[in-house]
Amino acid sequence: MSATQVIYTLWLREMKWFLRGKTRIIQSVVQPFLWLAIIGIGMSSAFKLPGGQSYLQFMAPGIIGMTLIFSSIMSGVSVLWDKQFGFLKEILVAPVARTHIMLGKALGGVTTSLLQGLLLLIAAALVGVWPPTILALAQVMVFMIFISLAFVSLGLAFASKMTDPVAFPLVANFLVMPLFFLSGALFPLATAPDWMKAIAYVNPLRYGVDGLRGAIIGLSDLPLWADFGVLLVFSTAMILIGGYLFRKTSI
Amino acid sequence: MNNGYAIETDRITRKFGELVAVDNISIKIKYGEIFGLLGPNGAGKTTLTHMLCTILCPTSGTARVAGHDICSEPDEVRSSIGIVFQEPSLDNNLTGRENLDFHGRMYGMTSEQRKARIEEVLSIVGLSNRADSLVKTYSGGMKRRLEIARGLMHRPKILFLDEPTLGLDAQTRRVVWEQIEKLNKTEKITVVLTTHYIEEADYLCDRVGIIDMGRIVALDTPQALKDKLEGDVVYLKVDDVKKFLRIFQKSPLVKGVKVTGDSLQLQVGNGSKTIPRIIETVRRNGGQVQEVSLKRPSLEDVFINYTGKAIRDEGPDVASRFGMHGHWRR
Repeated sequence: MSATQVIYTLWLREMKWFLRGKTRIIQSVVQPFLWLAIIGIGMSSAFKLPGGQSYLQFMAPGIIGMTLIFSSIMSGVSVLWDKQFGFLKEILVAPVARTHIMLGKALGGVTTSLLQGLLLLIAAALVGVWPPTILALAQVMVFMIFISLAFVSLGLAFASKMTDPVAFPLVANFLVMPLFFLSGALFPLATAPDWMKAIAYVNPLRYGVDGLRGAIIGLSDLPLWADFGVLLVFSTAMILIGGYLFRKTSI
Repeated sequence: MNNGYAIETDRITRKFGELVAVDNISIKIKYGEIFGLLGPNGAGKTTLTHMLCTILCPTSGTARVAGHDICSEPDEVRSSIGIVFQEPSLDNNLTGRENLDFHGRMYGMTSEQRKARIEEVLSIVGLSNRADSLVKTYSGGMKRRLEIARGLMHRPKILFLDEPTLGLDAQTRRVVWEQIEKLNKTEKITVVLTTHYIEEADYLCDRVGIIDMGRIVALDTPQALKDKLEGDVVYLKVDDVKKFLRIFQKSPLVKGVKVTGDSLQLQVGNGSKTIPRIIETVRRNGGQVQEVSLKRPSLEDVFINYTGKAIRDEGPDVASRFGMHGHWRR
């Protein structure tokens, strides 16, 4: 069986699910948009950042990062619904390699999360924040892809080990919340206490948010190559771990 | 196909810790057969089926399915078999047609092959007019039929049906049976089904293997299994029960006799031929026959004979499974 056909088949199914879940799409965009439009604009009129940008500009890339990490990791839950409704059996008894199944699922998750990221990019443009050049837009896309890839794979890794689709969001939130808070999405890490800075250094999302912010408003803590390098290594590791655990998953 | 059998198991065994779920089973199933594995819940039917479908690996022993070894050639086995699981395994958020299309793609069928085959299998199970509705709007029986259609999509040589009519009402069950028979004939497909419904095994199967505690305790055609019991029972109501109890205990006509209530229960070889002679015996000894009736053995009696228990004893387990089905529905 050709790998591309298997990957495409699974990807296609994820797309159908995504497009049929209207509430999920709306909810995934409305919530971050409220963050931007209310918290972002409200905070902008109360605080001034050291660099001179408005708080809204500072926060917008962070909220895009938030949307990506939440939607990416949540895409793992589809594996658990498939377990619950028995469809995973249908997938796993087909004469195809499990690695290809995992890649198809991952690619589907990346696509849906990227679509949500793009919708949010449009939402950010509505409140006045957008990447200044085509090159910057390309950089945003690359970072969005790798953030999604990393956390989709992490979600799949967790899903391979779990059985309860209801418990999954709780576990995922428990993991994602601290990553999000310590990513520099909501406040600059440069002025944060040292212990917080130290933790942020081992937070992969921090590099993703930093890269996005560098591209969109030209403000970043770290050089581009460092942000991209860390994200690349982390996402590769997550694909390998996710792939390994998914191969071991039992029905 | 090199050995001529659809399925051939060789001392196949599967243990879960201390529990031996499948114990040294060696059976041969011919091409074109409808073969039934009959046994109570927990007898090892599903474990055996899962091994034959390459979902589980045997602890020891092995099997060849469609000529391929289940351990060393799982992909070849998977391409030659279709599986309908005991629990539902459809994607409720896709339409019937999309479920079939997904399956066809996973089994490497081309676009034209899929299109043509989808129409064929839909008409076999009579779902053509509902193909484009989401599966979540289907009834239990329709879902089952769609699963059977899906199992047929890639033209497998062997179709495994794990409890195909579990949880279906009597009429729907009858429809599913007729479809299984039809596809066995028209598609020339070998069917291996597990069931704990005696009537199902009796009605559908060319041969039945009775499985209990992980072992095959009897294997033959349903008729031969019943014949082997020699278990026709004649119920006889006479005026003097005690007197005829003594007489029939000595009579060469009957193999066993006991009293139930006010009538005698005679175990005989061939009931319809023995009844006239029994009546004759009663009359010759000055008695009077008030009532006589004959009971032929059912597959259930065969089952009880081999396993020492009635299959209906499984009440709570079955109930919990139905409970699970309810929970699984959206």
